[in-house]
Amino acid sequence: MIDELSHEQILRYSRHLLMPEVGLSGQIKLKNSSALVIGTGGLGSPVALYLAAAGVGRLGLVDYDTVDSSNLQRQVIHGTSTVGKLKVESASDRLKDLNPDIRIDVYNEPYTSENAMRIAKEYDVIVDGTDNFPTRYLTNDVCVMLGKPNIYGSIFRFDGQVSVFYAKEGPCYRCLFPEPPPPGLVPSCAEGGVLGVLPGTIGTLQATEAIKVLLGIGQPLIGKLLLYNALDMSFDFVKLKKNPNCRVCGPNADIKELIDYEEFCGVPGHHADDTSAGANWDITALDLKERLALTPNLILLDVREPHELEIAAIEGAKNIPLGEVAQRMSELDSAEEMIVFCKRGSRSARAIEILASAGFKKMKNLKGGINAWAEEVDTSLPLY
Amino acid sequence: MTILRIPTPLRAYTSGKSEVNVSGSKISEALVDLTIQFPAIKSHLFNESGELRPFVNLFVGENNIKDLQGVDTAIKDGDRIMLIPSIAGGWSVK
Repeated sequence: MIDELSHEQILRYSRHLLMPEVGLSGQIKLKNSSALVIGTGGLGSPVALYLAAAGVGRLGLVDYDTVDSSNLQRQVIHGTSTVGKLKVESASDRLKDLNPDIRIDVYNEPYTSENAMRIAKEYDVIVDGTDNFPTRYLTNDVCVMLGKPNIYGSIFRFDGQVSVFYAKEGPCYRCLFPEPPPPGLVPSCAEGGVLGVLPGTIGTLQATEAIKVLLGIGQPLIGKLLLYNALDMSFDFVKLKKNPNCRVCGPNADIKELIDYEEFCGVPGHHADDTSAGANWDITALDLKERLALTPNLILLDVREPHELEIAAIEGAKNIPLGEVAQRMSELDSAEEMIVFCKRGSRSARAIEILASAGFKKMKNLKGGINAWAEEVDTSLPLY
Repeated sequence: MTILRIPTPLRAYTSGKSEVNVSGSKISEALVDLTIQFPAIKSHLFNESGELRPFVNLFVGENNIKDLQGVDTAIKDGDRIMLIPSIAGGWSVK
């Protein structure tokens, strides 16, 4: 137990010490507390920055990605100078500069069923800053099994959700969402986009909840879900109840240990390729270039949204957004060979599934999408 | 008329509308009205046997219909129904 603050620390945290809800004892509590931040991306950036600034004594950061320039629109813990660096190192350097007093442990590895319990058991609260369903279910189940609060935040385009899932005192994530949506029904932000400031708003709310839980003050969002929409500037709250049939926190729970979350969600996690329709369907950008040289009138089907065509387009391609493929397939001729593409290959893979189930056979998926085409064939096109 | 709030991921199937006016005296009728107005949303809410998909959460005011009478939950004029989606964020562009 570290029960004292140095003079420097008293000055650093003086705005906290002035408030009776925190005060000296609260600040010492924060100093002796710990939080695990899963993901150092859009949500993890403000979470880690504010928890470090607040003086939470020990922070764990889990990520295995490297900083990319397309991250900087929202992942404010990183910077232009750290592009290409490991995210956990980039984040850790920024946090040490912000607050050299705290301990930072980095886990440069995917968060999986194999390491999750070992990593999470060291921390008082777990902050879910992940960006995919398998890791969200994993984070939830770990928190239920270890009896720890899960500070939940999630974003998509202009929508955000925040809650504190703490099975000891209220519902867990699975009580609300017993199962994930089938793969393909909810697009990822890499395809659907996200307003850069949105994870700032939601992550800052998560940091607020984490600090309240660590201090034991106020009314945390246990049993409540906050729904935020940035376009409407609406904040709605709904009540959440424990689901008596919850498979992980209910009285008859049958999930007693961690499972295979990628299988459960039917989707690959980060370490799998979600931009392929399967080897039999795929065509590389370079192979497509050769095919076009031989067959210039080969049909190209672009399944991106119309506004994406302003960013980059392949001349002569027919545009039918993925959401309209099922209704508009009469515009396509199944006798003609067709190359289907999108930004990076995952929407076109889904379009191929839809078309294949309707009897289309002569199709290829441009692997890596128009971005691969821009990298390997037409370098005048931008990557996005 | 009851207002049904549509989350961003499903607005692609409601011509971009964030709120849709629906009629009916219970949730099931309001959903039928919604799918008549916007047929493309149907497969996102219901499975092949016509049941609400388990990841679809509907709230009347602050309460989950699962904690009330499910799709038989009564609604009245001026009620606000919210569809709450499962969202996960987005993995980075590779």
